[in-house]
Amino acid sequence: MSPLVHKSIAIVLLLAVSACVTINIYFPAAAAEKAADRIIDEVWQLREGESSSPTPPKKEGASQ
Amino acid sequence: MNPTRWIAALLVTLSSFAFAQGNLEIDSPAIGALKSSMQQRHARLEPLYAAGAVGQASDGTVALRDASSVPLAQRGQVNSLIAAENADRLALYREIARANGHPEWETDVRSTFAQRWVDRAQSGWWVQKGGAWVKK
Repeated sequence: MSPLVHKSIAIVLLLAVSACVTINIYFPAAAAEKAADRIIDEVWQLREGESSSPTPPKKEGASQ
Repeated sequence: MNPTRWIAALLVTLSSFAFAQGNLEIDSPAIGALKSSMQQRHARLEPLYAAGAVGQASDGTVALRDASSVPLAQRGQVNSLIAAENADRLALYREIARANGHPEWETDVRSTFAQRWVDRAQSGWWVQKGGAWVKK
């Protein structure tokens, strides 16, 4: 492995890390939305499947 | 150091950042306490949402929409429920920003929540859109 390759890999690594750090200072809107939904699910108890549907869609023995 | 190690280190670093980007920390004890307090209060707020007395405001809080649908004797109680819920909601936004190491994100967290409370309100509930109350 030539020292040039070492150097260039080191530079790429540094650039990548600094890019990530730079991005991370911006507000992660999509992640915040996911977090909000998780909390709203819990607070409003909206877990899929057990939400009380006012009109039961299909019940066994439904006429017609 | 051989190049394989460098590449491995690079990948590990990148993936940890990617993970940090993909999720917000919402499992701190303070956030957990606020969540369960709000969850318990929800049982008393839900009938008020359904009756249209209280609605989801556009600023991430709840607000008294129609005082006349609440019997006079209960208005004080409803107002203190609203005040307690709003105190928890504002504390929640602050705690989420803090738990992620960015207290300055508080207003962004708040507006994200404001949008999601409104979007996810159940049908029959009232939400505030552009200053006007709308029934879902």
